[in-house]
Amino acid sequence: MANLNLKINGKTHTVDVEEDTPLLWVLRDHLGLVGTKYSCGIAQCGACTVHLNGEAIFSCSMPVSIVGSDEVTTIEGLSEEGDHPVQQAWEEIDVAQCGYCQAGQIMNAAALLKKNPSPSMEEIENAMNRNLCRCGTYHKIREAVAKAAKI
Amino acid sequence: MATLTKTNRRDFLKIAGTTAGGLFIGFNWLGCDSPKMEVLSDEQVLSQAKNFNAYLSIAPSGDIVIYSPNPELGQNIKTSFPMVVAEELDADWKKVRVLQANLDAEKFDRQLTGGSGAMPHSWERLRKAGATARYLLVAAAAKEWAVPAEEITTSEGMIFHKGSGKEASYGDMAIAASMLEAPEEVALKDKKDFKIIGTPVKNVDSRAIYTGKPLYGLDFYREGMLHAMVQRPPFGMKIKSVDDAEAKAVTGVSDVLTFDNNVAVIGNSTWPLMKAKKLLKVEYEPDGSVESTSDHDRIFREMLDTGKAEERRKDGNVEIAFKNAAQVIKAEYQCPFLSHSPMEPMNFFAHVKENSAELIGPTQTPDRAASSAAEILGIPKENITVEITRLGGGFGRRLRADYADEAVKISKLINAPVKVTWSREDDLTGGAYRPAVRYRFEAALDGDGNMIGYKLKGAGINAGNSTRENNFPSGAVENVLIESIDHKSTITTNAWRAPITNFLAYAEQSFLDEVALAAKKDPVEFRLALLEKAKTNPVGGDLGYDADRMIGVIKTAADKSNWGKNPTISQGFSVYFSHRTYVAQVADIEMENGSPVLKKITAATDCGMVINPTGANHQVRGGIVDGMGHAMYGNLTFENGLPTQKNFDKYRLIRMKEVPQIDVHYVDSGFDPTGLGEPALPPTGGAVANAIYKATERRLRTQPFIEQKEFEDLNLVIKRS
Repeated sequence: MANLNLKINGKTHTVDVEEDTPLLWVLRDHLGLVGTKYSCGIAQCGACTVHLNGEAIFSCSMPVSIVGSDEVTTIEGLSEEGDHPVQQAWEEIDVAQCGYCQAGQIMNAAALLKKNPSPSMEEIENAMNRNLCRCGTYHKIREAVAKAAKI
Repeated sequence: MATLTKTNRRDFLKIAGTTAGGLFIGFNWLGCDSPKMEVLSDEQVLSQAKNFNAYLSIAPSGDIVIYSPNPELGQNIKTSFPMVVAEELDADWKKVRVLQANLDAEKFDRQLTGGSGAMPHSWERLRKAGATARYLLVAAAAKEWAVPAEEITTSEGMIFHKGSGKEASYGDMAIAASMLEAPEEVALKDKKDFKIIGTPVKNVDSRAIYTGKPLYGLDFYREGMLHAMVQRPPFGMKIKSVDDAEAKAVTGVSDVLTFDNNVAVIGNSTWPLMKAKKLLKVEYEPDGSVESTSDHDRIFREMLDTGKAEERRKDGNVEIAFKNAAQVIKAEYQCPFLSHSPMEPMNFFAHVKENSAELIGPTQTPDRAASSAAEILGIPKENITVEITRLGGGFGRRLRADYADEAVKISKLINAPVKVTWSREDDLTGGAYRPAVRYRFEAALDGDGNMIGYKLKGAGINAGNSTRENNFPSGAVENVLIESIDHKSTITTNAWRAPITNFLAYAEQSFLDEVALAAKKDPVEFRLALLEKAKTNPVGGDLGYDADRMIGVIKTAADKSNWGKNPTISQGFSVYFSHRTYVAQVADIEMENGSPVLKKITAATDCGMVINPTGANHQVRGGIVDGMGHAMYGNLTFENGLPTQKNFDKYRLIRMKEVPQIDVHYVDSGFDPTGLGEPALPPTGGAVANAIYKATERRLRTQPFIEQKEFEDLNLVIKRS
């Protein structure tokens, strides 16, 4: 077991966990940040997407011991009022069906727009193709990312 | 006053059309609740609210609480059910709060999600729930103002009497109204007066979803709760020995126990259990037939060639028809097992106490979970509570109670509250799949290209009846023989979105395309001619479908897709009736640089009245994406009772870049609403395969397409707009 200080959503959290524990399970089981979802556990679906220093990563495959002092942002910390442009666009376009994958989709889209504020549709698809949606809301996701870029 | 019976207005088929993404209303992020206004919490509202019926409470503040009883798995029922109640109540939607009801067999009927049946089942009772409360509010106002109730009008949560100029809010009258006796009969609105139904109301959980609030079963945590994961046996196997020494040594694992034929690892968080499960050394031995896909190939062949099938439908005399035929067309179609693979894996929480149990989790059938727990524990069902969380997808998998049963059994064994979590590997290997099925079709044509005989033999593995013998083209052909045969396997199967029809429609609509082409007829004209016959002179008595409604969607899809108008576009047609809803689809392929490019799928749907266009578009498009994805990629094969594909690296699901443009249209037939969760899926594979044939003369008769040699060098390109 290791005592780790993690910077998550602007606050420092101390956790006592095995070093190989994926960041995902530290967030969910130890810190109560359940907005980040478990689905495949092998970096194939994107439901667990969070930001590490602003980059979208798969938290299911990131051992917590290598996070170090890097800044982690989860869906709970994306915006204070839930009004990040991507969240606004998702609500405006009414993207979700079951909704389970959408936190990961939003985090991936937010990271894309930070790097590339006005992506082409092809760039949107290239970035978002790594996130699965079993309900098939892909049309709305594309539309919402494009919308968010304009907010 | 409206009627609740079917208003059959076939002569006035009106078309409401939208293209992908075309329907949404503008949204003001700050909304109408200014920060200064005090917003009551749900608890505050509930503590003051007066009950009107099982669905509905109104607080003196004017806040309205509507309970949605059926599980929400993405079909948008938690928004569309309350819309119907609020419509008849004449509520101000901004004042409506929606809460998921727990299992309550006294208050609610058919509290389940499956078969696209919730809306048709509840349409009338939801309307009555709203209309009854409105009646009482009006009656209370009439009494207080001493005016006739007939002179009172309501609108958006307000009550008016024009003559006296009096007005009040629903909140003002809530207490008085709740004390009046509810009427036995109540008038319902004329559909033309609907203000909420038919408008694109937003998902009531959207804010919670987009900010990561704990909504799903897997998000449920409680102080003192333990976690469990379960190692399940391959199909047809039982435990021979368990060596749990290494698993028990993992930090964070408190116990390893064996129950039924499973090994459970228990601990205080999820990750140690995932590690420990991999360290379990469990030996298995056969306990029945241990099957592989190669066995199934042989079993299918035997069933189709020599197996004694059960007769499902027989009209006329197929022997004579085929003997007299000018042309006979034969083809076989086949599909593999599929996993449901909802994004949220199976999980359930149970706290078993001495004579009661508390269950919390994602289930399509809370009542089944309660019944099953009662049986396991030997206690009365009334002593079991089931709280329904939001479901991260279902697709039929959560119609079973197996994963809730595990939580119940483990909680009883360890005498503690526990949440059982399935890993993705558990979810793919733990059973209850879409059955593998094969179909053998034969059609007899006369010299004019008319179909005078039709034979279908369906063979499945734990599929039950793999045919739907009364569906089209039954009723349209004089001589028909439909049979089914089933192999009982140790591999578990279950309803999978649009059970049976998810593949039957593909096979049948592809085969009808083959028959139409053999008859040198246009595929649309061919189907319309059959339906004309079914309508005017049905074979075998009453039709199992409404020929007019099927004609309606066929004509609309043909019209909206410009069927046959552009010679450079190869179009594939498909139409299917399932779960009370009619859907026709056209896929467009154009050849570009020698490659077929799938450009668009056009869908025409008759689901009666559309409650929420946003939700309806979601279901139609989602069903098409699902139908296309599984036709293209979905494949679950078995090796000695275990699936070969254990996670999404091998079990391929459709991704954003693999989805074409989808245009969605509705036929307003004037009927009451039917469900949409399933019916848009069945026609898709056929429309795509028929377009591929038209463009390339490659006939795809086996799913998934991606693994067929006919598809290998096809270089199909998916064009997104």
